[in-house]
Amino acid sequence: MNNLRGVYIVWYRDLLRFWRDRARLISSFIMPFLFLVIFGTGIASSVMGRAGDGDFDYIQFMYPGIIGMVVLFTSIMTGVSVVWDREFGFLKEVLVAPISRTSVAIGKALGGATIATIQGIFMLVFIPFAHVSMTVGEAFLLIALMFVFSLSLTSMGLFIASRIKSMEAFQVVVQMVLFPLFFLSPAMFPTQFLPAWLGTAVKFNPVSYGIDSLRQVVLGSQESAMFGIELFGYRMPIVLDIAVVALFGIIMGTLAIRSFRVQE
Amino acid sequence: MREIIEVEHLVKKFGDLIAVDDVSFKVVEGEIFGFLGPNGAGKTTTINILCTLMRPTAGRASLNGFDVVRQQNEVRRSLGLVFQDPSLDIKLSALQNLEFHAGVYNIPRSVSRERIEEVLKMLDLWDRRKDVVQHFSGGMRRRLEIGRGLLHYPKVLFLDEPTLGLDPQTRFHIWNYIIELRKRENITIFLTTHYMDEATVADRIAIIDHGKIIALDTPDALKRMVGGDIVTLKAENAEAAVEEIRHHYNIEAQRGSEGIFFEVQNGEEFIPTLVNNFKSGLYSISVRRPTLDDVFMKLTGREIREEEGGAAVMKKQWAMRQARGGGTRFH
Repeated sequence: MNNLRGVYIVWYRDLLRFWRDRARLISSFIMPFLFLVIFGTGIASSVMGRAGDGDFDYIQFMYPGIIGMVVLFTSIMTGVSVVWDREFGFLKEVLVAPISRTSVAIGKALGGATIATIQGIFMLVFIPFAHVSMTVGEAFLLIALMFVFSLSLTSMGLFIASRIKSMEAFQVVVQMVLFPLFFLSPAMFPTQFLPAWLGTAVKFNPVSYGIDSLRQVVLGSQESAMFGIELFGYRMPIVLDIAVVALFGIIMGTLAIRSFRVQE
Repeated sequence: MREIIEVEHLVKKFGDLIAVDDVSFKVVEGEIFGFLGPNGAGKTTTINILCTLMRPTAGRASLNGFDVVRQQNEVRRSLGLVFQDPSLDIKLSALQNLEFHAGVYNIPRSVSRERIEEVLKMLDLWDRRKDVVQHFSGGMRRRLEIGRGLLHYPKVLFLDEPTLGLDPQTRFHIWNYIIELRKRENITIFLTTHYMDEATVADRIAIIDHGKIIALDTPDALKRMVGGDIVTLKAENAEAAVEEIRHHYNIEAQRGSEGIFFEVQNGEEFIPTLVNNFKSGLYSISVRRPTLDDVFMKLTGREIREEEGGAAVMKKQWAMRQARGGGTRFH
């Protein structure tokens, strides 16, 4: 039970820090707001509005993508924040404590996932603006999906963090990992019109399946059918989407734990 | 008297670099044991091995009877550690930092609440317990780290350069806390420092250089190795002065950062003789009892703080020693 309390306290610390960081709390609304209201309106009123058939509501389409973006960015950033802990020395305090490295990694992953999910839940305030409606049950399903999605991504962040040793490398990771994962996904645009090479890249991106699962819940599987990911000619159902995300998370989580346990 | 730390033929290599080179020593329960040496001598590496943060390349070490490789959790529970570099979460309050520690060390809440209060009061931080560590001074942060290291009633408290980067007054206070704490907590303290004057608080000192222990004894016994008083002088022409001292008194004087210095019996009586007969110009002269700096100098031929000079300095020193017929010759 010692390790269970260790997991809890590592998780609790991350939440405490999140709660204390008011600037981060406020800024977590600003980015999505800018995207939805300004970017979304801009795109909808120009390109999409003219090219579309009139039924297509771009803001409604991008809204689940924005939730996915928030979850993606928060998860990776929180996972990689272990680099900060190393830089400021706090990681040593954790590593010399009589709890297993595995519980530290699990506590960290749960902490990051919880924060990312909370940020995702904040996005629900934009529901009226995005012209969508959800039942309470759908909202809970959405939250559950966000959590699984963010747990996978935080694990990836942790794995990356255990491999990089400096703050400089952190910026590189953001540019080389975060942005490609974001842009090579159906977050901001429907992917079925993409040229083949780009469409293939999207299918290899695990984030695509996470965002697709969120979209299926928010828009309903009927509405979102035309934007879905097709593998071998079959439209990915939500269950398979989340299975891909979970499998990716298990792989990343295992790698992160193994990497945490390495001792000089 | 039980041995709380036992180290036998410990070796740690990083590639070709041998950071710890066949080190053996024992620490007795309840003593303050000092590890003294220049930066890069292998102090922190040895501590990291004892604290289970690194694996030794060869040899074995045990702490509180537990093997540092095979019984890591037991070892970790038995020790408190104040790292050389800061390791607090500066975004949290003092209290939250300690509560985190109590959590990862699984101290029951009923115990930890009282213990946290006790430790914070002992280190004069109780009034500031709710403040975020970010706003603490360097000395307060250090005290909080010491308190955190003590929280889980460790058998051994490791202090790795506990006063590094602090101003002299704060350093003095920190040492008072450490001495006081040893009286109250009945604990073994293992400290490293490269401030020689600070090492004298230790009951026994191991002097470590290039990964090897070159001397291990009480501070007084180590100082007796030097055997006389240290005379330091500043002269108009250093070369001439060294030559004159050699010629008249058959003493091999050395040039260090503070000027020319040499060792002599009954320094106070020697100075008038020297001054009266000195031919070249003298700016200043002083005599003092030997310090651990002098011990280090005697054993290695260098000053402890020359390490920044790197390989060039060491090579030069080595060449000088060879030229003088091996070994440092303070007659």
